[in-house]
Amino acid sequence: MLTIHTKLIDAMLDQAHKDHPMETCGIIVGPKGGNRPLRLIPMRNAAQSSTFFTFDPQQQLQIWREMETLNEVPVVIYHSHTESQAYPSRSDIEFAHEPQCHYVIIATDSNYSDKIRSFRIINNSVTEERVHIVKHYPHQEESAVLAV
Amino acid sequence: MQITVDIPTILRPLTNNQKRLEISAVDVREAIEQVEQQYPGVKERLVTDDQVHRFVNIYVNDDDIRFSHGLGTKLTTGDSVTILPAVAGG
Repeated sequence: MLTIHTKLIDAMLDQAHKDHPMETCGIIVGPKGGNRPLRLIPMRNAAQSSTFFTFDPQQQLQIWREMETLNEVPVVIYHSHTESQAYPSRSDIEFAHEPQCHYVIIATDSNYSDKIRSFRIINNSVTEERVHIVKHYPHQEESAVLAV
Repeated sequence: MQITVDIPTILRPLTNNQKRLEISAVDVREAIEQVEQQYPGVKERLVTDDQVHRFVNIYVNDDDIRFSHGLGTKLTTGDSVTILPAVAGG
Protein backbone atom coordinates (compact mmCIF):
# COMPACT_ATOMS: atom_id res chain seq x y z
CA MET A 1 0.00 0.00 0.00
CA LEU A 2 1.18 3.50 -0.77
CA THR A 3 0.24 6.02 1.92
CA ILE A 4 0.65 9.48 0.49
CA HIS A 5 -0.28 13.07 1.31
CA THR A 6 -3.04 14.62 -0.79
CA LYS A 7 -0.78 17.61 -1.65
CA LEU A 8 1.65 15.22 -3.34
CA ILE A 9 -1.14 13.54 -5.33
CA ASP A 10 -2.41 16.96 -6.48
CA ALA A 11 1.11 18.04 -7.45
CA MET A 12 1.67 14.91 -9.57
CA LEU A 13 -1.73 15.31 -11.29
CA ASP A 14 -1.10 19.03 -11.98
CA GLN A 15 2.33 18.34 -13.40
CA ALA A 16 1.02 15.52 -15.60
CA HIS A 17 -1.79 17.64 -17.00
CA LYS A 18 0.50 20.62 -17.61
CA ASP A 19 2.97 18.46 -19.53
CA HIS A 20 0.32 16.56 -21.53
CA PRO A 21 0.67 15.40 -24.31
CA MET A 22 4.28 14.84 -23.32
CA GLU A 23 4.89 12.19 -20.65
CA THR A 24 5.75 13.76 -17.32
CA CYS A 25 8.03 12.18 -14.73
CA GLY A 26 9.62 12.64 -11.34
CA ILE A 27 10.33 11.20 -7.93
CA ILE A 28 9.16 11.72 -4.38
CA VAL A 29 11.88 11.16 -1.83
CA GLY A 30 11.78 10.40 1.86
CA PRO A 31 14.18 9.59 4.70
CA LYS A 32 16.27 6.46 4.32
CA GLY A 33 14.84 3.49 6.19
CA GLY A 34 11.30 4.83 5.92
CA ASN A 35 8.45 4.48 3.46
CA ARG A 36 7.05 8.00 3.68
CA PRO A 37 7.03 10.09 0.48
CA LEU A 38 7.84 13.67 1.50
CA ARG A 39 9.63 15.78 -1.07
CA LEU A 40 8.47 15.87 -4.68
CA ILE A 41 11.07 16.46 -7.38
CA PRO A 42 9.81 16.83 -10.97
CA MET A 43 12.41 15.51 -13.38
CA ARG A 44 13.03 16.66 -16.91
CA ASN A 45 11.91 14.07 -19.48
CA ALA A 46 14.98 13.94 -21.74
CA ALA A 47 13.00 11.90 -24.30
CA GLN A 48 10.44 14.74 -24.69
CA SER A 49 7.97 12.18 -25.99
CA SER A 50 4.28 11.38 -25.66
CA THR A 51 5.06 7.67 -25.34
CA PHE A 52 8.41 7.50 -23.51
CA PHE A 53 10.24 9.13 -20.66
CA THR A 54 13.75 9.07 -19.37
CA PHE A 55 15.14 11.16 -16.55
CA ASP A 56 17.67 13.70 -17.78
CA PRO A 57 20.98 11.96 -16.87
CA GLN A 58 22.69 15.09 -15.59
CA GLN A 59 19.74 15.98 -13.40
CA GLN A 60 19.53 12.37 -12.19
CA LEU A 61 23.16 12.50 -11.03
CA GLN A 62 22.57 15.75 -9.19
CA ILE A 63 19.41 14.48 -7.46
CA TRP A 64 20.89 11.08 -6.57
CA ARG A 65 23.88 12.83 -4.99
CA GLU A 66 21.58 15.18 -3.09
CA MET A 67 19.67 12.19 -1.72
CA GLU A 68 22.95 10.62 -0.59
CA THR A 69 23.93 13.83 1.25
CA LEU A 70 20.51 14.25 2.85
CA ASN A 71 20.19 10.56 3.75
CA GLU A 72 17.12 10.16 1.56
CA VAL A 73 15.89 7.50 -0.83
CA PRO A 74 13.43 7.57 -3.72
CA VAL A 75 10.08 6.35 -2.37
CA VAL A 76 7.90 7.05 -5.41
CA ILE A 77 8.89 7.14 -9.08
CA TYR A 78 6.02 8.61 -11.09
CA HIS A 79 5.25 9.22 -14.72
CA SER A 80 2.22 9.75 -16.93
CA HIS A 81 0.68 7.85 -19.79
CA THR A 82 -0.86 10.26 -22.27
CA GLU A 83 -2.45 7.76 -24.65
CA SER A 84 -3.04 4.65 -22.57
CA GLN A 85 -4.22 3.40 -19.21
CA ALA A 86 -2.41 3.90 -15.94
CA TYR A 87 -0.80 0.47 -15.94
CA PRO A 88 2.90 -0.43 -16.38
CA SER A 89 3.88 -0.97 -20.00
CA ARG A 90 6.58 -3.40 -21.11
CA SER A 91 9.11 -0.53 -21.05
CA ASP A 92 8.02 0.47 -17.56
CA ILE A 93 8.71 -3.06 -16.37
CA GLU A 94 11.97 -3.35 -18.31
CA PHE A 95 13.37 -0.16 -16.79
CA ALA A 96 12.16 -0.58 -13.21
CA HIS A 97 15.48 -0.79 -11.35
CA GLU A 98 14.46 0.40 -7.88
CA PRO A 99 12.61 -2.59 -6.37
CA GLN A 100 11.94 -0.74 -3.11
CA CYS A 101 10.03 2.05 -4.91
CA HIS A 102 6.35 2.61 -5.50
CA TYR A 103 5.81 3.14 -9.21
CA VAL A 104 2.95 5.60 -9.71
CA ILE A 105 1.36 6.08 -13.11
CA ILE A 106 -1.03 8.89 -14.03
CA ALA A 107 -3.34 8.63 -17.05
CA THR A 108 -3.92 12.02 -18.67
CA ASP A 109 -6.02 10.74 -21.57
CA SER A 110 -9.65 11.48 -20.68
CA ASN A 111 -10.69 8.09 -22.10
CA TYR A 112 -9.27 6.41 -18.99
CA SER A 113 -11.14 6.91 -15.76
CA ASP A 114 -8.50 5.46 -13.40
CA LYS A 115 -6.34 8.53 -13.09
CA ILE A 116 -3.63 7.51 -10.68
CA ARG A 117 -2.50 4.03 -9.70
CA SER A 118 0.48 2.61 -7.88
CA PHE A 119 2.50 -0.55 -8.42
CA ARG A 120 5.43 -2.50 -7.11
CA ILE A 121 7.66 -3.83 -9.86
CA ILE A 122 10.07 -6.45 -8.58
CA ASN A 123 12.01 -8.92 -10.77
CA ASN A 124 9.82 -8.02 -13.77
CA SER A 125 6.69 -8.84 -11.81
CA VAL A 126 3.95 -6.19 -11.38
CA THR A 127 1.70 -6.00 -8.33
CA GLU A 128 -0.86 -3.24 -8.03
CA GLU A 129 -1.25 -1.68 -4.60
CA ARG A 130 -3.83 0.52 -2.98
CA VAL A 131 -3.19 4.26 -2.90
CA HIS A 132 -4.18 5.55 0.54
CA ILE A 133 -4.47 9.32 0.29
CA VAL A 134 -4.21 11.15 3.61
CA LYS A 135 -4.89 14.79 4.52
CA HIS A 136 -2.18 14.85 7.19
CA TYR A 137 1.02 13.09 8.06
CA PRO A 138 2.23 12.76 11.70
CA HIS A 139 3.25 16.20 12.96
CA GLN A 140 6.99 16.47 12.20
CA GLU A 141 6.54 14.93 8.78
CA GLU A 142 3.64 17.21 7.85
CA SER A 143 5.97 20.21 7.70
CA ALA A 144 8.45 18.27 5.59
CA VAL A 145 5.98 17.70 2.76
CA LEU A 146 7.26 19.59 -0.23
CA ALA A 147 4.88 19.44 -3.14
CA VAL A 148 5.98 22.41 -5.18
CA MET B 1 45.09 5.77 -10.81
CA GLN B 2 43.35 5.24 -7.48
CA ILE B 3 39.68 5.95 -7.99
CA THR B 4 36.32 5.08 -6.50
CA VAL B 5 33.36 3.46 -8.25
CA ASP B 6 29.86 4.09 -6.91
CA ILE B 7 27.60 1.08 -7.42
CA PRO B 8 23.83 1.58 -7.86
CA THR B 9 21.36 -0.21 -5.58
CA ILE B 10 20.30 -2.68 -8.24
CA LEU B 11 23.87 -4.03 -8.66
CA ARG B 12 24.84 -4.19 -4.99
CA PRO B 13 23.78 -7.83 -4.63
CA LEU B 14 26.67 -8.54 -7.02
CA THR B 15 29.24 -6.53 -5.03
CA ASN B 16 28.58 -7.98 -1.61
CA ASN B 17 26.28 -5.01 -0.93
CA GLN B 18 29.14 -2.57 -1.17
CA LYS B 19 28.14 0.77 -2.63
CA ARG B 20 31.60 2.22 -3.08
CA LEU B 21 34.63 0.34 -4.40
CA GLU B 22 38.23 1.55 -4.41
CA ILE B 23 40.18 0.38 -7.41
CA SER B 24 43.01 1.33 -9.69
CA ALA B 25 42.32 2.09 -13.37
CA VAL B 26 43.51 4.40 -16.15
CA ASP B 27 40.15 4.75 -17.86
CA VAL B 28 36.48 3.83 -17.45
CA ARG B 29 36.90 0.64 -19.50
CA GLU B 30 39.62 -0.60 -17.14
CA ALA B 31 37.59 0.47 -14.10
CA ILE B 32 34.74 -1.79 -15.20
CA GLU B 33 37.19 -4.66 -15.87
CA GLN B 34 38.66 -4.23 -12.39
CA VAL B 35 35.21 -4.32 -10.80
CA GLU B 36 34.37 -7.42 -12.87
CA GLN B 37 37.50 -9.19 -11.66
CA GLN B 38 36.51 -8.72 -8.06
CA TYR B 39 32.78 -9.09 -8.60
CA PRO B 40 31.94 -11.22 -11.66
CA GLY B 41 28.67 -10.46 -13.35
CA VAL B 42 28.80 -6.68 -13.05
CA LYS B 43 30.31 -6.03 -16.47
CA GLU B 44 27.57 -7.73 -18.50
CA ARG B 45 25.00 -5.49 -16.79
CA LEU B 46 26.83 -2.43 -18.08
CA VAL B 47 28.59 -3.21 -21.33
CA THR B 48 28.15 -5.42 -24.41
CA ASP B 49 30.74 -5.59 -27.20
CA ASP B 50 32.62 -2.66 -25.73
CA GLN B 51 29.52 -0.44 -25.80
CA VAL B 52 27.82 0.87 -22.69
CA HIS B 53 24.19 -0.21 -22.60
CA ARG B 54 21.95 2.61 -23.77
CA PHE B 55 20.08 2.92 -20.50
CA VAL B 56 23.07 2.89 -18.19
CA ASN B 57 24.52 6.27 -17.20
CA ILE B 58 28.20 6.43 -16.28
CA TYR B 59 29.79 9.61 -14.99
CA VAL B 60 33.34 10.57 -14.13
CA ASN B 61 32.96 13.11 -11.34
CA ASP B 62 30.17 15.35 -12.67
CA ASP B 63 30.51 14.45 -16.31
CA ASP B 64 28.48 11.95 -18.32
CA ILE B 65 31.01 9.88 -20.29
CA ARG B 66 28.75 10.14 -23.35
CA PHE B 67 30.03 13.70 -23.66
CA SER B 68 33.70 12.88 -23.27
CA HIS B 69 35.31 9.66 -24.48
CA GLY B 70 32.88 6.98 -23.42
CA LEU B 71 34.65 3.92 -22.04
CA GLY B 72 37.96 5.49 -23.09
CA THR B 73 37.48 8.45 -20.74
CA LYS B 74 40.73 8.80 -18.81
CA LEU B 75 40.83 8.81 -15.05
CA THR B 76 43.11 10.62 -12.62
CA THR B 77 43.76 9.80 -8.98
CA GLY B 78 40.87 10.76 -6.78
CA ASP B 79 38.26 10.58 -9.56
CA SER B 80 34.87 9.16 -8.77
CA VAL B 81 33.05 6.97 -11.30
CA THR B 82 29.30 6.81 -10.70
CA ILE B 83 27.03 4.25 -12.34
CA LEU B 84 23.28 4.96 -12.42
CA PRO B 85 20.75 2.90 -14.36
CA ALA B 86 18.54 5.25 -16.34
CA VAL B 87 15.07 5.78 -14.97
CA ALA B 88 12.85 5.34 -18.00
CA GLY B 89 9.65 3.88 -19.30
CA GLY B 90 6.71 4.73 -21.45
